[in-house]
Amino acid sequence: MSMATAVSLRNPAALAPRTAATSEGPLVRWLLTGIVAVFLGLFLVLPLMMVFASALAKGVAVYVASLREPEAWAAIRLTLLAAAIAVPANVVFGLAAAWAIGKFDFFGKSILITLIDLPFAVSPVVSGLVYVLLFGLQGVLGPCLAAHDLKIIFAVPGIVLATIFVTFPFVARELIPLIQAQGNEEEEAALTLGASGWQTFFRVTLPNIKWGLLYGVILCNARAMGEFGAVSVVSGHIRGRTNTVPLHIEILYNEYQFVPAFAVASLLALLALLTLFIKSAIEWRSKQQPAGLEAAANQEGPA
Amino acid sequence: MTFTFKQRSILPGFGLSLGFTVFYLCLIVLIPLSATFLKTASLTWSQFWHVVTAPRALASYRLSFGASAIAASINLVFGLLVAWVLVRYSFPGRRLLDSLVDLPFALPTAVAGIALTAIYSPNGWIGHLLQPLGIKSAYSRLGVVIALTFTGLPFVVRTVQPVLEDLDKEMEEAAASLGAGRWQTVSRVLFPAVMPAALTGFAMAFARAVGEYGSVVFISGNMPMHTEITPLLIITKLEQYDYAGATAIAVVMLLASFALLLTINGLQVWSGRRERPGKSLEVGRPVPVGA
Repeated sequence: MSMATAVSLRNPAALAPRTAATSEGPLVRWLLTGIVAVFLGLFLVLPLMMVFASALAKGVAVYVASLREPEAWAAIRLTLLAAAIAVPANVVFGLAAAWAIGKFDFFGKSILITLIDLPFAVSPVVSGLVYVLLFGLQGVLGPCLAAHDLKIIFAVPGIVLATIFVTFPFVARELIPLIQAQGNEEEEAALTLGASGWQTFFRVTLPNIKWGLLYGVILCNARAMGEFGAVSVVSGHIRGRTNTVPLHIEILYNEYQFVPAFAVASLLALLALLTLFIKSAIEWRSKQQPAGLEAAANQEGPA
Repeated sequence: MTFTFKQRSILPGFGLSLGFTVFYLCLIVLIPLSATFLKTASLTWSQFWHVVTAPRALASYRLSFGASAIAASINLVFGLLVAWVLVRYSFPGRRLLDSLVDLPFALPTAVAGIALTAIYSPNGWIGHLLQPLGIKSAYSRLGVVIALTFTGLPFVVRTVQPVLEDLDKEMEEAAASLGAGRWQTVSRVLFPAVMPAALTGFAMAFARAVGEYGSVVFISGNMPMHTEITPLLIITKLEQYDYAGATAIAVVMLLASFALLLTINGLQVWSGRRERPGKSLEVGRPVPVGA
């Protein structure tokens, strides 16, 4: 069984002491570790430090003041709204897709899995463009929407739709391998003992996948709140109305308002750090319960 | 043999869950994507060809695909190294670095973009060191490569890590006892075992880099013909209300994405197959009681 031998940090044997024949000399070890530390320091730690250093460059008072701007608040509210719609929508979809694909064998299953991954392969700019082409004034449904005075592009619904598109696969691709790995026996036992379908789902399946679900939700949420390219195409950049937090950062930065730009950016950087923390905590937890989440933890594909 | 759409199962909810999945997939992804192809159909073939082979478009493909290939190669080399060090060596701060590798997935691209620009601009932390050497990092093609290296950093690490963790120590011991030097063991035994996973990670990093917009747009300087990436060209055309032109270029990008997606799927199947011989070594192993 692959679970038993899987994953490192979860598998102490991978770090077990090695003899001279199966390891490198101390000099090589130090050199390689040093190169990795410099590389990760340069590409990961430095940008993070830059965000906080620039945000606080003129002191805490200026930092706090830039966060209390009404336009910053409007952007934060819109970002929270978009995530509050996109994440639950993709959770419902992820659960349905995982149930259908993980619990049953049917024709065309692998094509369906590939199609679910499609939004990861598409450039964010193209993701935004497809909605402009569908709902924009020049678009396929544009004249019809205009006749009924409905606005999707350059308005909040477009932003929500673009956010749903780019975060579409996150929950599903965490849950599908997890549900597949767990098999059907527990559900079959519950059904045989007289539970209804929904009871089986809520009392048996859901508790088994709750950590994988949380894992998918936090990754989905991080992307939903941080999406830039797709939302930029559909938003129209109307200040205070269709600006999300990343778009607001762009406007401030292009106006050379560096401290406010980095102050707002620091909020998203904190969110990213929180996301990484929860993710590590879930992975650490899965080490305690060997089977199950590993499948999900190994699946973190393109984000 | 009769064709059966679905294997029998006593579990309920197949129709509901599959129906909803397909409905939602069509509504959010498939119908909007097909709108792109519908829109392109309003161009004749020669108009389409004229738009997608215009010099400015060709220059943007060269930059997007070239810089992505360089960035993905950097990610391949350093990703292998990072995965190796994180799996094999124990040092203080290892778990912290391991968690931090996913930062490019979690940090919004716009935030990464402005931070990298500030670091590499002529008066930035690194930019002012490179300036006297005559190296222009921000607002140049080098800047594009730097941003794309950041966004693609986790892919190779995360695809190679589980494979390295799964490798049996016995394989290396066997190589060593048969007289292989350490370098021979690494290059002839370990490298072939992790190569399919590394290539999968390379293709993922490349695919992500080709479509990347947020982190590049700040650092590149966006000069047409020189530092303009393809996604930016699409946005420029949209802002000039050239919907047909934007769509034609988007179709080229979509076709490239589909080709890359199929390549990645193929590589994953291949690396899955490559893993099995390793697994078969475990057959002779004593199975723990109760497992």
